[in-house]
Amino acid sequence: MNWTWFHKLGSPKWFYEISGRWLPWLAVAAVLLLVVGSVWGLAFAPPERYQGNSYRIIFIHVPAAFLAQSCYLMLAVAGLVSLVWKMKVADIALQQAAPVGAWMTVIALITGAIWGKPTWGSWWVWDARLTSMLILLFLYFGVIALGHAITNRESSAKACAVLAIVGVVNIPIIKYSVEWWTSLHQPASFTIAGKASMPSEMWLPLLIMVIAFYCFFGVVLLMRMRLEVLRREARSSWVRAEVLRQAGEVR
Amino acid sequence: MSNVFTLLLSREARLLCRRPAELANPLVFFAIVIALFPLAVGPESEQLRNLSPGLLWVAALLAVLLSLDGLFRSDFEDGSLEQWVVSPHPLPLLVLAKVLAHWLFSGLSLVLLSPLLALMLGLPADCLPELLLSLLLGTPVLSLLGAVGAALTVGLKRGGLLFALLILPLYIPVLILGTGTLQAALQGLPTAGYLLWMASLTALAATLSPFAIAAGLTISVGE
Repeated sequence: MNWTWFHKLGSPKWFYEISGRWLPWLAVAAVLLLVVGSVWGLAFAPPERYQGNSYRIIFIHVPAAFLAQSCYLMLAVAGLVSLVWKMKVADIALQQAAPVGAWMTVIALITGAIWGKPTWGSWWVWDARLTSMLILLFLYFGVIALGHAITNRESSAKACAVLAIVGVVNIPIIKYSVEWWTSLHQPASFTIAGKASMPSEMWLPLLIMVIAFYCFFGVVLLMRMRLEVLRREARSSWVRAEVLRQAGEVR
Repeated sequence: MSNVFTLLLSREARLLCRRPAELANPLVFFAIVIALFPLAVGPESEQLRNLSPGLLWVAALLAVLLSLDGLFRSDFEDGSLEQWVVSPHPLPLLVLAKVLAHWLFSGLSLVLLSPLLALMLGLPADCLPELLLSLLLGTPVLSLLGAVGAALTVGLKRGGLLFALLILPLYIPVLILGTGTLQAALQGLPTAGYLLWMASLTALAATLSPFAIAAGLTISVGE
């Protein structure tokens, strides 16, 4: 297998150029999928037998929860890459993805609370899945706070990487220990492998929304990372040339 | 290699013995926190007995957290940490000795004090073996995980609150298993499952976290 692309990622300039080429395509895909998925899910998918129309919040809740969990995994992978290969782009990805992941966790928690009121009769219950999402939010807060507390950029990225890896080892333990309580939450009704427990009229828009959320995450992450690359490399000549070129285009 | 381990262990033990006040602080904190709860929720013995598993574990957890805040600070300030990092001995082994010495003094004394406070809260005496065993298995995990946070924040000016923020979410499994053991013991249910889970957490923490602590110390010293 050819690993040149991986080694090239070590250069922020190369990353900036290649991500600039990906960004428009990814942005178009994200907008298209978001529009298609939400219109299909909110307007055309059939109402649920017991919950009526209130179940439709699933089209936001589930993708956000998916993304919140996989984003933390991404933090740990980026941390591992940054510790092993000392790659600046991985540092940047780690620190720029953390706030986005935290927001996704907040969205999943809020939509869950809104959904919980009509179905369970209360905004919040101390159920296993809700509690582990709340703990995930605290783990995100930890990474963000540590990143802000250490002023030296290089060591703050390394410290965040260590914390993210420790956190990821702990996440399964936390998840299973929290499940010692009897769970109110329905078991996951949507898995990539295996048979879905809902009809395809509901399942397909949900899949589209999940992919749309991932694309949206990719767009936001790349935009944040590109800005951070410019900030960190502000003294290098290619950044000056790039900023001057963009300023010239605006003018 | 093991020679370094025992040497470091005895040095740390001697240092800790010379500052007995610092050792007493977490214990006093533990006792005061336990004493606060009857004042807050009322002295009914039935209610206190049902709450006691959670109270004991939360208080023990906070006491361990408090005692770990300054674990590496003095070594960081006088430069010993730098010597550890540049020494030819493996850093994970050195930090394991440090954490073990700390646990032998603060964690173990906490375990020894706990039966007294448990009886004051009205926990039946036949639950005491479970209490001792669960704390004996759980407090090393708390110390090891806390040392990761202490290593990452040792170079910071005001690291105390940040340290708690980083580490408390990681303490949750220990808290759940510890209180689960005691709840089961209170209701006369078997506790072996909980204790075995706790023991596996101890084994996992003892083998993996020294590497994370060492990585954290290298970063903090390198800054």
